[in-house]
Amino acid sequence: MPAEKSQLSNNTDAVIECRHLWKIFGDRSADAMQAVQNEGLSKNEIRDKYRCVVGVQDASFSVGEGEVFCIMGLSGSGKSTLIRHINLLIEPTYGEVLIEGQDISQLGTLELRALRSTKIGMVFQNMALMPHRTVRDNVAFALEVRGIDRDVRYQTADQAIETVELQGWNDRYPDELSGGMQQRVGLARAIAADPHILLMDEPFSALDPLIRRQLQDQFLTLSAEMKKTTLFITHDLDEAIRIGHRIAIMKDGALVQIGTPEEIVTDPVDEYVADFVAGISKLQLVTAQKVMQSIEQYENSYGPLNSTDCPVAKLDDSLDHLVDLSIDTDHPIIVKQDDTVIGVVSKRTLLRGIQGKQE
Amino acid sequence: MADKESVNLLSPFRSIDFGIADWADGIKNWAAENRDVVQPIKWFVNDLIVTVEAIMHAIPPVAMLGLIFLLAWQAAGVRVAAFVACCLIFLGLSDPYAWGLAMTTLAVVTTSVAICVFFGLPLGLLAGKSDRFEIAIRPVLDTMQTIPAFVYLVPVVMLIGIGNVSGVIVTVVFALPPIIRLTSLGIRQVDVSVVEAARAFGSSPRQILFKVELPLATPSIMAGLNQTIMMALSVVVIASLIAVKGLGNEVLRAMGRLDAGKALVGGFGIVVLAIVLDRITQGLGRTGRERGHRHWWQGGPVGLCLRLLGKNPKETSPV
Repeated sequence: MPAEKSQLSNNTDAVIECRHLWKIFGDRSADAMQAVQNEGLSKNEIRDKYRCVVGVQDASFSVGEGEVFCIMGLSGSGKSTLIRHINLLIEPTYGEVLIEGQDISQLGTLELRALRSTKIGMVFQNMALMPHRTVRDNVAFALEVRGIDRDVRYQTADQAIETVELQGWNDRYPDELSGGMQQRVGLARAIAADPHILLMDEPFSALDPLIRRQLQDQFLTLSAEMKKTTLFITHDLDEAIRIGHRIAIMKDGALVQIGTPEEIVTDPVDEYVADFVAGISKLQLVTAQKVMQSIEQYENSYGPLNSTDCPVAKLDDSLDHLVDLSIDTDHPIIVKQDDTVIGVVSKRTLLRGIQGKQE
Repeated sequence: MADKESVNLLSPFRSIDFGIADWADGIKNWAAENRDVVQPIKWFVNDLIVTVEAIMHAIPPVAMLGLIFLLAWQAAGVRVAAFVACCLIFLGLSDPYAWGLAMTTLAVVTTSVAICVFFGLPLGLLAGKSDRFEIAIRPVLDTMQTIPAFVYLVPVVMLIGIGNVSGVIVTVVFALPPIIRLTSLGIRQVDVSVVEAARAFGSSPRQILFKVELPLATPSIMAGLNQTIMMALSVVVIASLIAVKGLGNEVLRAMGRLDAGKALVGGFGIVVLAIVLDRITQGLGRTGRERGHRHWWQGGPVGLCLRLLGKNPKETSPV
């Protein structure tokens, strides 16, 4: 059975919030930032005039309690730069990062370290495990820097290792493990200190497809259980759709669209996003509500509908389910809400819906 | 020859003299006048060498042989240890006085290397962390390594006088660069993503240094230590010019008397010491993976003792 995303709670307090975040790299980044604010220079103008590179431009978003928020973009789009602002591995040129309402740029050095070791766990694309430490010592690292007793941190680490199903490997070294196992150690290290927030920087990108899928499933299961607020970076839209409650599409350092997977796939804001979602299968994402015609519309085109033999669907049934309903009959599907027929999905609209085209 | 009236434009150098050599010769006089300033340093270093030498001579050759064998076994495995022991036995048999001379040389080298590590490790760390310091120190290190030892032999002797202390200082000048360079290199080679991960989990700069950077730079630092030892050994013959005793002095004296046999014995002794120290320090510089991920106390004589006491169940992991 494939793993399922957890249901989001209705708690709307933002755990992570970025406000108008800018990152400009270069010696004259301050001047360049000034110029952006006063004159609205473009990325290329800044590069030519100030020899500065814009990493992130004006990114604003918030991630709620227990939400998995995916940032999707191609390499060089600034997503790895953006995620490093959340624990201040990179300092923003302009803008604010708030963790649970606290502006983290106001924190002192010690408070920031405490935040990193207690509240935020991070997983890296290239694992970044410490080759001279055993799996257990790697996993216990966040606890060790906090000065927690060896017995306690080993016990906690062993639990985390068990959570990612690596029991028996505790005393081995990272180079004795396969890539997929190493990344599970990376995940265990991130969750060992039981942080509220997980930052995942393309955690599964370096793995081969089968292992990637396994780890995605494992992550979904864990994430549904632990309900950690997660910022998940990926360059793979399929992965973003599988894992994220919401997705932000990033291009050239800017967030071009933020929405649920269905919104992104069915209503891309521009050509760029449209190109991305073109190859995505709509079967699981798009619901009957999205493709159906209203009953009036249908009857205008095809005459009165005799609904006796029609299969019945609900508003939130997926296209996949509609195909199952429609396969053995020539009648259109009727969509009901509270026993009233409110829409019709003919074979034509269904097929067009699968293609991603609106009738 | 210098004819100031007619400067030849095509060959101007012969006719210009800034008197740099005369000025630099003043260093010698300055050194001779300021001898008192360095006396405390001199006595400290001298005491150090005398103590180390006394210990080395106090240990009977067979016991010393055993100790070095155990040390080599612990550091580099039993095969290297056997080889090292054979070399040393050969050295002892080559001449009745060879063992004693070798111990004197070993004392000077050990003291020099200890001083090199004391100064070189922190300087290397600094150079690894700061690009500016690295750029500033690089020409100094180049000079130390390439300038002929004879150049600074005279000022050092003027300042401190002949003997072991001057010998150690000359040796340190020559042998210090490799450990600085390779410590810096080792720190620079540490995977930045691992350091970033350590930072992301809330490490302080100090924790990053001791828990991540230094352990990962260890093989490189050990290679630096190895090179420092080799350099120190290669300079002992030159140091014997200023009355440093030991194998180098033996070579020098044999050279004066055109005694090829004695020169060979002395020179061979230095080579044997070099091989022994090289094999031991190379053993120390192996990475965890090369050692089959065993802790140092899980192998060698210590591991054997612990196993015999039943405190160290043999690792099941394949080596």
